[in-house]
Amino acid sequence: MKLELRGITKRFPGVVANDDVNLSISTGEVLALVGENGAGKSTLMNVLYGLYKADEGEILIDDSVVRFTSPADAISAGIGMVHQHFMLVPVFTVAENVVLGIEPTKRFGALDIDKARQLVREVSDRYNLDLDPDAIVEDLPVGVRQRVEIVKVLMRDAKIVVFDEPTAVLTPSEIIEFFSIVRTLIASGKGVVFITHKLKEALTIADRINVLRRGKVAGAADPKTATEAQIAEMMVGRAVQLTVNKKPATPGDAVLNVQNLSVVDPDGRKVVDDISFVVHAGEIVGVAGVQGNGQTELVETLSGLRRLNSGQITLDGKDVTHSSPRDLHTSGMGHIPEDRQLQGLVTGMSITENLVLTRYHDGMFSDGVKMKWPKAKEIAKELVANYDIRTSDPEQLASTLSGGNQQKVIVARELSRDIRLVLAAQPTRGIDVGSIEYIHEQIVKERDSGTAVLIVSTELDEVMALSDRVLVMYRGKIVAELDPKKVSHMDVGLYMAGSRPTESAGAKS
Amino acid sequence: MNTELLVSAEQKKHARNVGFGYLGLAVITLAVFSRRPGDAGFKLTESGTSLTLPAQQFAWIFGIVFVALAAAQLLRGFGKLSSVVLSLATAVFVLSFLSWATAGESFSLVGMLQDTVSRSVPITLGALGGILCERSGVINIAIEGMLLAGAFTGAVGASLTNLWFGTIIAMLTGVFLAWILAVFSIKYRVDQVIVGFAINFFALGITSFLSFRVLVPNPDYNSLVPVMPISVPLLSKIPFIGQIFFVQTIFVYFSFAAVAFLTWAMYRTRWGLRTRAAGEYPKAAGTLGVDVIKLRYRNLMIAGAVAGIGGAWWPIGTVGRFDQNITGGRGFIALAAVIFGRWHPVGAFSGAMVFALAEAVRLKIGNFDTGIPSEFLLMAPYLVTLVVVAGFVGASRAPKAAGQPYDEQ
Amino acid sequence: MKDLLKSLRYTLLALVASLLVGAIIIVITDVDALKSGDFGKAFSTVFNAYKSLFQGSFWGVRSISNTIAGTTPLLLSGLAVSIAFKGGLFNIGATGQMLAGGMTSLWVGFAFDGPGWLQVPLAVAAGAIGGAIFGGIAGLLKARTGAHEVITTIMLNSIASFLVLWLLKTTLFQREGRPDPISKPISEASRLPRLFGFLDGRVDLVAHAGFIVALLATLFYWWLLKRTTVGFELRATGLNSDAAKYAGMKTKSLMVIAMLFAGGFAGMAGATEVLGTYGYASTSLAGNIGFDAIAVALLGQSSPIGTLVSALLFGALQAGGRSMQANTDVPVDLIIVLRALIVMFVAAPLLVKAMFRVKSQVVSQGQTFRGWGG
Repeated sequence: MKLELRGITKRFPGVVANDDVNLSISTGEVLALVGENGAGKSTLMNVLYGLYKADEGEILIDDSVVRFTSPADAISAGIGMVHQHFMLVPVFTVAENVVLGIEPTKRFGALDIDKARQLVREVSDRYNLDLDPDAIVEDLPVGVRQRVEIVKVLMRDAKIVVFDEPTAVLTPSEIIEFFSIVRTLIASGKGVVFITHKLKEALTIADRINVLRRGKVAGAADPKTATEAQIAEMMVGRAVQLTVNKKPATPGDAVLNVQNLSVVDPDGRKVVDDISFVVHAGEIVGVAGVQGNGQTELVETLSGLRRLNSGQITLDGKDVTHSSPRDLHTSGMGHIPEDRQLQGLVTGMSITENLVLTRYHDGMFSDGVKMKWPKAKEIAKELVANYDIRTSDPEQLASTLSGGNQQKVIVARELSRDIRLVLAAQPTRGIDVGSIEYIHEQIVKERDSGTAVLIVSTELDEVMALSDRVLVMYRGKIVAELDPKKVSHMDVGLYMAGSRPTESAGAKS
Repeated sequence: MNTELLVSAEQKKHARNVGFGYLGLAVITLAVFSRRPGDAGFKLTESGTSLTLPAQQFAWIFGIVFVALAAAQLLRGFGKLSSVVLSLATAVFVLSFLSWATAGESFSLVGMLQDTVSRSVPITLGALGGILCERSGVINIAIEGMLLAGAFTGAVGASLTNLWFGTIIAMLTGVFLAWILAVFSIKYRVDQVIVGFAINFFALGITSFLSFRVLVPNPDYNSLVPVMPISVPLLSKIPFIGQIFFVQTIFVYFSFAAVAFLTWAMYRTRWGLRTRAAGEYPKAAGTLGVDVIKLRYRNLMIAGAVAGIGGAWWPIGTVGRFDQNITGGRGFIALAAVIFGRWHPVGAFSGAMVFALAEAVRLKIGNFDTGIPSEFLLMAPYLVTLVVVAGFVGASRAPKAAGQPYDEQ
Repeated sequence: MKDLLKSLRYTLLALVASLLVGAIIIVITDVDALKSGDFGKAFSTVFNAYKSLFQGSFWGVRSISNTIAGTTPLLLSGLAVSIAFKGGLFNIGATGQMLAGGMTSLWVGFAFDGPGWLQVPLAVAAGAIGGAIFGGIAGLLKARTGAHEVITTIMLNSIASFLVLWLLKTTLFQREGRPDPISKPISEASRLPRLFGFLDGRVDLVAHAGFIVALLATLFYWWLLKRTTVGFELRATGLNSDAAKYAGMKTKSLMVIAMLFAGGFAGMAGATEVLGTYGYASTSLAGNIGFDAIAVALLGQSSPIGTLVSALLFGALQAGGRSMQANTDVPVDLIIVLRALIVMFVAAPLLVKAMFRVKSQVVSQGQTFRGWGG
């Protein structure tokens, strides 16, 4: 089967997400579609999958034009898609999720759940995916959820499988495992479109690479000859710095001291298990780990949003074990939360209001009863200018900003306060390269001014590039403390997966 | 990971709340219910077999049971049994309340419970309508309007033709209102709560308007003979239970069947799987080719049909006529039952029973002289609901996508 | 300002659209006309009905006075629903809160014998406090136990109505010599002054200073939302309670605060009815105002100015509706239908635009109520 996109253009109010894009893919090959966040990769694939209707252009299968008005059309034409945000119902079992839409039934429309289980087992065995059909999806680790998505696609007899940023949530060893799954798919006669912004991976697995920039095809590259730097330049439109510039750290006194911290979640799982560590002034400590290994809960507990079951936390020598978020803010903690839409911002409020969200109660902005809005507006203007937030008017709603600029609002708000410690969770998730570089720069600057920084990120590259010290979290425990300059990505990856490298050269502990 | 039984900080707090709740029940039982000597006579059958409880002694016993429950709850909790213990405790509390209220007299327990089951019909059917909508991702505030409009057209339809036709007309009326809810909330993406309320007002206004303008000058449009109770063979012979559950009108049997059928359909069929997916994470269903919009449309119309039949209960199942605002807020009670029952048909059914019991008790209790002003007795069921919801049910988990319009794009 | 004009224009178009639908309803329910085929009479009924609807709401001092009197409790209780929406809560309990506030103000109104300048503010304040306490219960239950406010406020409405029924039969409250639940009258000094008191001898001008109270309350609501720290916290909590928690706001206390204010507004609605409209209390004190208030808040999108405008509109419809019922054979209940249609049309700008072929950008609307939450 050969699939072709011709002259696809898709406009949203104010932006052209895809501009005259041409693309083709045949079974038996891996096409990597690379581009930075917001380049239009996902939009293009949603057009292909029948979720969006293109304003112009057509889709051809084996040289004849097809029209997809819904995902059902795309599915029956042999296209399968594994979305970046998994399309799984968290409270359903694996089998229920997999058969949704193609449910085997008995009489009267009754669900034949035994048949469903059996189907899942068959496919999962054939491709070596190792899935328990009766597991509830919300209990599964991310890597396994992805395999559920893959089974969903395979069960529907897809010929062309689109993976949207599939490796974002995987450990290096899981990525290798994922690549072997991709090879199995190719060997069994399927075609794969691999959407990513990680160039190394594109170079490893792809037969061809297409680069998308600002909605247009910026060029193609041959993975056998092209280098990372070349593709990065094609992707961003300028030479890109692939590393973070920073001087060696000069750690001072301990600022954050965590001793024997344990947290149990409402389902009775011990999500943070007896963790102890210290972050000093003037150093960046990175917490690496696959999503769902307790990092979210760790950050929430440190920032006062979650109750802990046992342990002690001190900030600058002061016991803050049971402090509220407000107390922590005023004792000098800045917090860049994991999800800017859900926690970091009130998108229905103005940029100004969001810029004072964590210090509106400060004497500078409030006399206890009334808000001093003129002062807030003045400060907001300054922050918008100083932190390069691209907006015409800070009185506009925060929802009008792009992801990168929304994140800059949070960074500006948190770093501009008088702080001793920054907790930064996923500080650059889903934003463009320019904003990523900018935010990294700001974080390093903050460290150099003597602030203690704790970065929690599932992007191993980010943790390795920014941190002066790396802690690896696995199943709620800290399993290793490493020096990022002395340890390879692969070895950190092994710790992240719960095993140990044979020669632990970089391990301090 | 650890296998020992772990309890989060939040759960400890909830368990403590429940414990204090039991303690509260103990205090009420011991301080209030133990104050009246005398025997409480409960008529258990129509023919007069009755159960006689010494009210005071019983209050002491129940009070001590509650203290024990509270202690057990506070010290170690009931784990998986906690909801069973809770329902038993509520039942015991209601029984001790009744024995206190009846002390020195006797009344027909069976009659009151029979009345309860009958009154639960519109609340149950309304709640099922709510569940059908909300499980597929649309908040249904319009239950009240569907019940009221169904009651009106049911009355007129049945007066002009026959009872069956009246019920069908009521059903279609519910479908029509549900269709409006669907068009506005799904197609035009209007805030679901706004449309729901607008439908309630519309139904209230139009039925009142029409009953003045059309029914008052034409009384024969609003006069019918309601259905009679049917005794189910064999089942109605079961002592006590039979009289309560199986000597009822067809509306009651329909509501039982609807609860059972919906429970099966929601958790055991293809339709149920898709519906729950649409309510939890519509995109997951949408990207697998399920037409979420169509599914929501269809489920809303079914919900309207069920609620419409619930509305027909008033004229056709009981009083034989339509009166202005005859539903009197039962649709909101149904909504409360949905939340109370955590969006599960059986849960909502038990919620409906609790609220219907409250009503039945309210109608009965004015007759008792307890030394306490009757208004407080009338208020008691609502207070108990408040305590139960606050202390025991707590926060419940709604379908995640309820209230959000679905974007196909 | 531009936005305000735009939304006013939509409201106006929606009003016209609902009057059109209302006219159709009047015509097709004219059973005599349907039987005889004499539709000329039906159309003249529509004309006469709308004429007296309009005259009854705006034509002459008396109509304006009636509109103001109808608007007063709608506006105050509308604010009670609006502020709860702003804080992310659905307050169905304005009825109960009105009853509570009505009773506390009633007590101050007959139990004390001070001069009017002291009695009136005291009684209104007592109403606000009574309502606030009652509303606060629902807030407290939600904050402490997570009990859903939709359930608790409905239950509290019933509890309030029985409490009032009981209170009105106690010797403290019941009027001497009356067997039915009617309260003692408030002292003359406690009565809210009539707005048109300067027109001597016109006892039919029922509008009272409660309207001024309502306007001041609206101003306070605006000030609270836009200018105060608590208002900022309330709005943040209502829009995104996770972000509010992250920002260190005490979202649970804010729930209680929102319901305290909500109850306070509704309590004042009860107070102005007792002190201005009736001069005593009965069980029907709150009527359907608590539910109408939900429509007012929805139509006004919970904004201060929106709530004011929609309360005025509904108040006018109510006043006009009564004169319509008196002068023609069209029942006042048509007003409820019209209200529903207006709310629907305003909420669906796309539909109104299609009807009137207005060309402009779609006004995007935020959601009033974000699902059931936890």
